[in-house]
Amino acid sequence: MARHVVATVDDIAPGQRKLVQVEGRDIGIFNVGGEFFAIANRCPHEGASLCKGRVVGLVESSEPGSYQFSRPGEMVRCPWHGWEFDLRTGKSFCDPRRTKVRAFDLKVEEGAALVEETLLRAETFPVSIERQYVVIEV
Amino acid sequence: MSTLELDRGRPTEAKLRVIDCDIHPAMNAWTEVHPYLAKKWIEHLTVYGSHLRHAFSEALTHPRMSPDAARVDAYPDEGGPPGSSLSLMRSQHLDPNGVAFGMLIPLRWNPGSQRNLDFGVALTQAMNTWQVERWVKNEPRLRASILIAQEDTVGSVAEIEARASDPNFTQILLLPRTDEPLGRRRYWPIFEAAARNNLPVAVHVGGTNGHPSTGGGWPSYYMEEHHAVAETMQSVLSSLVFEGVFERFPALRVVIMEGGLGWIPSFSARMDKHWLRLRSEVPHLKRSPSEYVREHVWFTTQPMEEPGRASQLIDLFDRIGWDRLLFSTDYPHWDFDDPRHAFKAPLSEAQRAQLLYGNAQAFYGIG
Repeated sequence: MARHVVATVDDIAPGQRKLVQVEGRDIGIFNVGGEFFAIANRCPHEGASLCKGRVVGLVESSEPGSYQFSRPGEMVRCPWHGWEFDLRTGKSFCDPRRTKVRAFDLKVEEGAALVEETLLRAETFPVSIERQYVVIEV
Repeated sequence: MSTLELDRGRPTEAKLRVIDCDIHPAMNAWTEVHPYLAKKWIEHLTVYGSHLRHAFSEALTHPRMSPDAARVDAYPDEGGPPGSSLSLMRSQHLDPNGVAFGMLIPLRWNPGSQRNLDFGVALTQAMNTWQVERWVKNEPRLRASILIAQEDTVGSVAEIEARASDPNFTQILLLPRTDEPLGRRRYWPIFEAAARNNLPVAVHVGGTNGHPSTGGGWPSYYMEEHHAVAETMQSVLSSLVFEGVFERFPALRVVIMEGGLGWIPSFSARMDKHWLRLRSEVPHLKRSPSEYVREHVWFTTQPMEEPGRASQLIDLFDRIGWDRLLFSTDYPHWDFDDPRHAFKAPLSEAQRAQLLYGNAQAFYGIG
C-alpha cells in the first residue's frame, strides 16, 4: 500500500467527479458537498465506467405510498443498468454483499504536510505547500 | 509468455468477434428523412404531425428510467441523441467490442403504428433509404432492416419487394404490438413475401396499438412495462403457431428480438400440453407447437437472463437450442449487454464463438 496524491481539492467541484489512474487501476474521485470519496471505476456487473453515471440520493420507503429521500448526492448510478452504489462504501444498495466496488481510503491533506512525506507517490503531481490535496491509499 | 497472459485474463478486444443483431440508430432531427419523403408527406408532418394510437405521439408508452432509454455515456459530444453519431458508435461500440457486423433496428416514429397508413408506408420507405444512405454506405459493418407498416399489407409487400434484392438489407422488421395478433391472416401476405424472398421477419419489442401493454391493463411502472415485453412476445409466438403460419409458410424464419429468454421453454411446453388435449380445435397444426418454434424461431440474447446459478443459464440454452440464439447488445440503450460480460456462466470458446458470431453468420448468411 502506498499513498498517492491524485488531485487538488479545487480540481473537483461539489457534485463532480474525476477519473484517475493509480497503479494501473481506474479510480473515481467524487466530491459530495465538500466531502471526498474514492471508488473503483468499473461496475462489477458488466464493466461500465461508474464515473459516467449520475450521482443521486437514496430513495427508500417504509411502506407503499410513503417515500423518504436522504443522503443527497451520496450514491452513483451505473450509466448502463442503473445499479446504485454507495459512494461511502462501494456497496450496491440491492446486493451489497456480492455486488460492490472497492472503496479506497481517502484523505484531504495540506500541501505543507505532504511535502515532508518521503514515501508519498506524487511523481507526476507537483505539490505546493499552500494548497489542499486529495490523497488516496492504494 | 505473453500469449498465456492474454488467455488468463478477460477476453481481449482483439479476440472478440461479434455480430450484434440489435443496434438502434437515431436521427438528430426528423429533417434527416425529408430528402427521402415526398413533399406531400413533409407538409403532412408539418401540418398534422405523427399520429399514433396513444397520447403524446412523440412520447414512449411509459417514461423510461433513463432519457431516450439510453446509456448515460452514449450522448455524442457534438450533440444529438444517443445512436445518432456514427463516429461515437464506432469508438464506443463497434471497434472496442469487436463488432464485425451490426443489424440496424430503427425504432423512432414507429411507422408500423401510424394511424394514417399511407403516411406509415411513406415513412418506412424514407427510413429504409435513410438507413442505407446515412449508415450502411458510411459503415460497411452495418446492415439495414426493411421496416414495414404492417397494418397496410399491400404497402408492406411492395416495400419488401422493392428492397429484397438489395444486399444492404438482411431482414424485414416490424414491432409486435400490432392491431391484431401477428399470426392473423390479414398479415399473411407479409409472411408470404418474406418466405418468397428468403428474408427473416424480425419482431423487435415496441409498437403502440392502443391495447394495454399487459393482459391485465396499463401498468403503473416502467419496470412492469419492461416485463411486459415477454408477454407481448408470448402472444406473438402463440398466434403465429396456432394460426398455422408456420404450417402455411414452411420456409418462414422469425427472430424475436429483446423479449427475454427464460420463458421460452416453459411457454413451449405449455403450448404442447394444451395441444395434446385440444388439438382438434386447431387441426391445421400437423406437429407439436414446440416443434414449430424450434424450427422457425430465433431469439436475440439481450436482455440476457441472470439466474442465481450459472448452470441454469446453460440449461436454458440447452432447452431453447444453442443454434437459435443470436447475440445482441441493444446499443445505445440503457440495458445494453456487453459481449464480454453478458453471459454469467462459464462458456467454452466454441460456445462463446457460436453465440457471439457463428449463429448470426449462418442465419443471415454474412461474413
